[in-house]
Amino acid sequence: MSHPVTRDDHSRPAPPTAERLWDAVIAGDERAAVDTVVAALDDGADPEELLLDVIGAVQQRIGLAWADNTISVAQEHAATAINERVVASLAGRLPRPQLDRGRVTVACVDGEWHALPARLLTEVLTLRGFRVDYLGAQVPTPHLITHLHRTSPDVVALSGSIPTRLPVAHATITACQSAGIPVMVGGAAFGPEGRYARLLGAQAWAPDARAAADRLAAGPLPRPQAAHQPIDDLPHLADQEYTMVSRSSAALVRAVLAGLEERVPAMRDYTDLQRQHTAEDLAHIVDFLATALYVGEAELFTGFLTWTAGILSARGVPAVSLLPALDLLAGELKDFPRATALLSAAQDELRATVT
Amino acid sequence: MSLEADRSAVPTAVHPGWASAPSPALLVDVDGVVLAANDAALLVLPHSGPGRELADCVPGWLAEAHRSTSIDLGRDAVAGSVGERTFTATSVRVPDGSSMWWLTETTDVTRLQDELRTERERTTFLRTASDDLLSSLNVVRTMEVAAELAAARLADVAWVIEPEVRGRHATAVCVRGQRARAVTLDIHPHDLPGLAEALQGFPPVPSRWIDPALAPEWVLPDSIRATGSMVVTALPGHGVPAGALILLRSTEAQPFSESEEAVARLFAARVGAALSAARLFEEQSAITEVLTAGLLPPALQRVDGVDFAGIYRPAQDTSRLGGDFYDVHPLEGGGSLALLGDVCGKGLEAAVLTGKIRNTMQALLPMAGDHLRMLDLLNAALLSTQDPRFATMVLASAVRVGEQVRLSLTRAGHLPPLIIRADGRVEEVFGRGSLVGVLPVIDGSTEQILLDPGETCLLYTDGIIEARGGPLGDEMFGEARLRRALAGCAGMPAEAMVAHVLMLATEWLGGASHDDMAVLAIAAPVGSDRRAPDGDR
Repeated sequence: MSHPVTRDDHSRPAPPTAERLWDAVIAGDERAAVDTVVAALDDGADPEELLLDVIGAVQQRIGLAWADNTISVAQEHAATAINERVVASLAGRLPRPQLDRGRVTVACVDGEWHALPARLLTEVLTLRGFRVDYLGAQVPTPHLITHLHRTSPDVVALSGSIPTRLPVAHATITACQSAGIPVMVGGAAFGPEGRYARLLGAQAWAPDARAAADRLAAGPLPRPQAAHQPIDDLPHLADQEYTMVSRSSAALVRAVLAGLEERVPAMRDYTDLQRQHTAEDLAHIVDFLATALYVGEAELFTGFLTWTAGILSARGVPAVSLLPALDLLAGELKDFPRATALLSAAQDELRATVT
Repeated sequence: MSLEADRSAVPTAVHPGWASAPSPALLVDVDGVVLAANDAALLVLPHSGPGRELADCVPGWLAEAHRSTSIDLGRDAVAGSVGERTFTATSVRVPDGSSMWWLTETTDVTRLQDELRTERERTTFLRTASDDLLSSLNVVRTMEVAAELAAARLADVAWVIEPEVRGRHATAVCVRGQRARAVTLDIHPHDLPGLAEALQGFPPVPSRWIDPALAPEWVLPDSIRATGSMVVTALPGHGVPAGALILLRSTEAQPFSESEEAVARLFAARVGAALSAARLFEEQSAITEVLTAGLLPPALQRVDGVDFAGIYRPAQDTSRLGGDFYDVHPLEGGGSLALLGDVCGKGLEAAVLTGKIRNTMQALLPMAGDHLRMLDLLNAALLSTQDPRFATMVLASAVRVGEQVRLSLTRAGHLPPLIIRADGRVEEVFGRGSLVGVLPVIDGSTEQILLDPGETCLLYTDGIIEARGGPLGDEMFGEARLRRALAGCAGMPAEAMVAHVLMLATEWLGGASHDDMAVLAIAAPVGSDRRAPDGDR
């Protein structure tokens, strides 16, 4: 279990090249994958369309296949690695226009493992004449900030697909802004229509690489206001509910796990591995609860639970099994009004979907 | 009522003390004729004696207020100046229809209010200027911010000029209402009065001594036709001048007052401090970058038909360096030598030792066929230094033989490498070997392993399996969990596998602190993939 993937319905119909690339990538055949895309380029395909409507579309399909449980996380990583090699091979053959449209730093939110969208944006921006510093995934925020001071770009483009990294994303956005650099964000983590991007005070949000490039080509982003702190964007954080829930996450998981063993007799016969998987699932629920408390949006939590219920059903596990866990969690957090409201909304929605 | 009427004509309704009241007072009838004026009124408005038309003897604002019917007499105060002084006036209706105007002098209050407002504006300006200037540690950005702040508040055009570097000056210029831009200028500071002195850090020449007509052409952007007044002031740095600030006002604007020049100097002090800090950061980070580059793990690629991938995360987020290291060296005559290791300790000191070890191993490459000999020589080299630190490592020679990869693995006190077979089996390569830098003699054995296409040998450091966290908060990631995860990774490309392992360990940590972590994968390529040329990524 990881996180919901936003489905993009406005993506263009997949050209035959995308089909061939999909087959090669899923077969783990790097050479065939590279050959497919290079041949399309040689046949005069538009580089930006190859990047976004072929490689990007295949990558999106990989994400959906994984979300539908038709491929494993390991297969997803393998396929993504091949797609990354395809981008690298293609990038070396693309025309390099004069880089005179400004300088952009492209990075992923720390803890993000899906670097490909950021890499695709990098190539698209380069094609459009921007000078791009691509820092990739796994960039600790202090390194990003040092880089900004060293290079003083016109904008930082930050990519994130994991909603539970939103608090880290917010810290990064704030840090970039206090270095005087405006921030554009994108990726599934920032919610439908970029709702969370606005809450976190980003200067701009883009639904995809094409829109991001269009926005940056249209003119500079406004400079950020002088130094502000995360709590200025999200005043509800003063109630300490997020702090409390995220700091006591392990204790909450332990308490709920013990409670479940009491309530659900079948759990007493769980193997260590099953017990560990349950603990991991619970930790994930607590993580999403904490993130929803941080952002102040119930949808982030209820959406995750509905998605989880769907995944569980697909695996033959009844989704109602989530209810006792939420109930126990509500018992542990009864002194926290916002958490209580989120849990009760999630329980209502879950009952409505499974009955 | 005669024009010569004297003070005895004061109406009886007025109290006798009125005449000597400290505030000016005038009694005026409905037609606007002064009926009486007290002593204080005659001092301020000497012609306001009885019988005079109000309009002829008081300033317009007061006569106007008397005529006005909209003013709520007795409640609203009107304000205005009399000569150099300022007053407020309120009136009281007398039963016969005339009005008694009382004037209160506000000259001092107004002056103090003006001063307070100006002072507040300056303080706000200097505070926000400090905030904005502190935000960036980039020299060019800081210069642009300074020029924009100055153009918004102090002048029509502002220049920030750096001291000369090889005959040229880096500058930032901003015209009010626009964004600043950075320009490099080939100029002679002596052409602009006061600039050479400011760049040397001499006290500023007062604005009124500078003839704006002498300013060179480059200083005037197209949008400004002529300079009305100009301030040139030094940007005091940390010990050496950080540059100069030039402020220009157009001929339509007021010239700089002395107090405005004082504000410009206060502002310049902040700009100078910010620029010096930015320059210091730039120098230091350039040094760090160069020194760090040599100690960072290398980017890996395919060598002689064998795939290599490495990934690394140091213990401290603020440093890119740590005590874990890996390298892959192509060998003369084919094949390659890979190594991964861990120096005891963390941070910079450990990183420096990894550099020494990597250099030593590179020098020992001619004997790469004999791992124990290499380790023996490295051991001797480490023992000969004062540094009591030691290291563990794994050496792996890899040669492509047909579709297979033949590995020779030697483990010097390090965690055993794991082999991920094509069917998902995960095997441990034991072998034995002592760590380096402690005992006088190295002892150990080299194991031979064959990898089929799609099989991988994974080397990793203890930071991975000792990662502490998990859903319950205090469990180690552990070797069992790693092996279970790897069982699902059969056939994965090398760089996907190392990223996957680091991701699992990092997610297990959930933000907790950790040791340095490094993973190196050596894989036999699979599928039509094996035709791919080396290093074509």
